[in-house]
Amino acid sequence: MSRNDVLVDADWVEAHLDDPSVVLVEVDEDTTTYEKGHIRNAVRLDWKKDLQDAVRRDFVNSEQFAALLSARGIGNDHTVVLYGGNNNWFASYAYWYFKLYGHGDVKLLDGGRKKWELDSREQVTEVPTRAATAYVAKPQDRAIRAFRQDVLDALGRENLIDVRSPDEYAGRILAPAHLPQEQSQRAGHVPTAVNIPWSKAANDDGTFRSDAELTALYQGAGVDFGKETIAYCRIGERSAHTWFVLHELLDQPNVRNYDGSWTEYGALVGVPITLGDNPGGVEGGVA
Amino acid sequence: MCGATAGGPALAANVDPGREAIIQGVVTKGGSPVAGAYVRLLDRSGEFTAEVPTSATGHFRFFAGPGEWTLRTLAPGTKADQAVTATIGSIAEVEVALPA
Repeated sequence: MSRNDVLVDADWVEAHLDDPSVVLVEVDEDTTTYEKGHIRNAVRLDWKKDLQDAVRRDFVNSEQFAALLSARGIGNDHTVVLYGGNNNWFASYAYWYFKLYGHGDVKLLDGGRKKWELDSREQVTEVPTRAATAYVAKPQDRAIRAFRQDVLDALGRENLIDVRSPDEYAGRILAPAHLPQEQSQRAGHVPTAVNIPWSKAANDDGTFRSDAELTALYQGAGVDFGKETIAYCRIGERSAHTWFVLHELLDQPNVRNYDGSWTEYGALVGVPITLGDNPGGVEGGVA
Repeated sequence: MCGATAGGPALAANVDPGREAIIQGVVTKGGSPVAGAYVRLLDRSGEFTAEVPTSATGHFRFFAGPGEWTLRTLAPGTKADQAVTATIGSIAEVEVALPA
């Protein structure tokens, strides 16, 4: 994989709006955004209703994912191009999801919805109709997904990257500042995790920085590319953005996204936590 | 303000404004509200903390921590930075006037 295989720009999308081999998919944190206007012929995925199990905290399974894509008219052979708001956080999350279930050709629109809007490109409100397919999803690829025990096992051994904002990392706030602050978790970060906010990987318009800038960013912050890496944030969507950068753009082979992220780790009983602006040692505490 | 409620939409019932440091306001251009502008909240070091698009009435809202912040507003062809101070239990009201 390289940048050209996984990332397309807005001009490419405009040239492929009517390409029958391409399906545009919008994924937003605010799932009503699509109704206000979207790129012509784009379908919508709802990251909560469509991608999460309705009862327990987990993803839909491969059968449910296959049924979802079949109903939306997405086939195994389609080139899926994802985009969304929040600088592609939720589109990256969906991208990681498509990879988790083994979709062949999936790409992100660089800059997502914001770049499209700032360029004043065309948006429509018509919802396209697509013929149903018979999508077949593969079993989940655990090589790109980390669970809580993987994180605990990684302490002091692997790269841990906390991609939240510096104030969330240090424990001064508990959620991104466009959301009310939660009270159910302890504040802080996983001991030894370095803080490389997802936003450092993107320009103001939401497009990704160059490969050279990205390599310098992670290596400069102490990430050892010879080791395995786990990225996390609050609920796994900003860290999917960083997973995309490391695994897809920079071609790092062993990178996992911890989707339980801080809302799980910060609520666990008895695990070490570090408060403050520094990574700290494996025992946690104030650093 | 053009018929819109000052401060924008009501807070959700489960939000206790006494425990939040809220920064909110409206983006305008030539005196009219701007919908769909992007407002980002930068911390003391200039690092991104959050970003929201403005509502149909040009409003935005953040639940920040107490302290000094910068609002960076992006709209097609224009950009503006504005400093703001947030305090727990109060609402900092800001008008971001984009160059016309």
